[in-house]
Amino acid sequence: MRRFWFTIIPFVIFVALAITLWFSIGKDPHVVPSPLVNKNAPQFSAPSLFVGKPKLDQGIFKGKVTLLNVFASWCITCRAEHPILMDIAASHQVQMVGVNYKDQRDIALKWLKQYGDPYNAIAYDPTGQIGIDFGVYGTPETFLIDKHGVIRYKNIGAVSPRIWKDKLLPMIKKLKQEA
Amino acid sequence: MKKIALGIVLLLSLCVAQAKAVYPFEYPAQQQQFLRLTDELRCLVCQNENLASSNAALAADLRHDVYVRVKAGQTDKQIKQYMVSKYGDFILFKPLFDSSTWVLWLGPFALLLIGVIVVLSIAWRRSKAGKK
Repeated sequence: MRRFWFTIIPFVIFVALAITLWFSIGKDPHVVPSPLVNKNAPQFSAPSLFVGKPKLDQGIFKGKVTLLNVFASWCITCRAEHPILMDIAASHQVQMVGVNYKDQRDIALKWLKQYGDPYNAIAYDPTGQIGIDFGVYGTPETFLIDKHGVIRYKNIGAVSPRIWKDKLLPMIKKLKQEA
Repeated sequence: MKKIALGIVLLLSLCVAQAKAVYPFEYPAQQQQFLRLTDELRCLVCQNENLASSNAALAADLRHDVYVRVKAGQTDKQIKQYMVSKYGDFILFKPLFDSSTWVLWLGPFALLLIGVIVVLSIAWRRSKAGKK
């Protein structure tokens, strides 16, 4: 009996470890879950990227389901993500707000002119302070924010057509139904 | 050999001098606090580096943020809480002791205890067998 336990216990420990480690395989360590999900979007106040357009703050989320996309002209992944953002804008399913992160205004404007502007409004954040407020640590990052200004989902890295179709769009449709 | 050593020491002191030049403090205690915090907070871009040693742009921004908060007189706890509220527990190099991490903290001691018990029981049985 004793012998039985001495063989079975290490085996059980091994299996438990193997299962735990197995589920960690394929997890990207650079995707860190955000503590901001299901919390109110942080308060911010920023000038528009477009000179002369009104300032932006968290009031922009009120009453509209919003995709907040943090981007920069120097960010190569943002360039790769851009076509799907244009498609999303064309679908008119959701309000698109951009945060132009640690960028130069003239270069960002040129970039948008060249590739198209999918955003309804863009906050200009040259110092990265809005980025810190939203816990951004790499661009692009995209937040799905509900009508009450609560962050409901965060996507780190580029939004792919698949993430849009399988994850974001179904969530947006559901959030729109919410009171 | 001595010359090389001297060169290394001088280079190192240059680094320290630079850090002081970029983030001047009025009080040595705040300087210490700043060094301590940037040592204990993780850079989320390069992940295995702390804020003090990372060259990533985000680390520089967060260093500046910590600097402003230290100068404003915030405590270690307040600053860490702020960072955790934005970036999650992962930003702390030393994980908190809570419901999701207690296994991590106590596990090694539990294993050590089990090991000691096993070794003692084997030793005890052997010495008993030897006496027979």
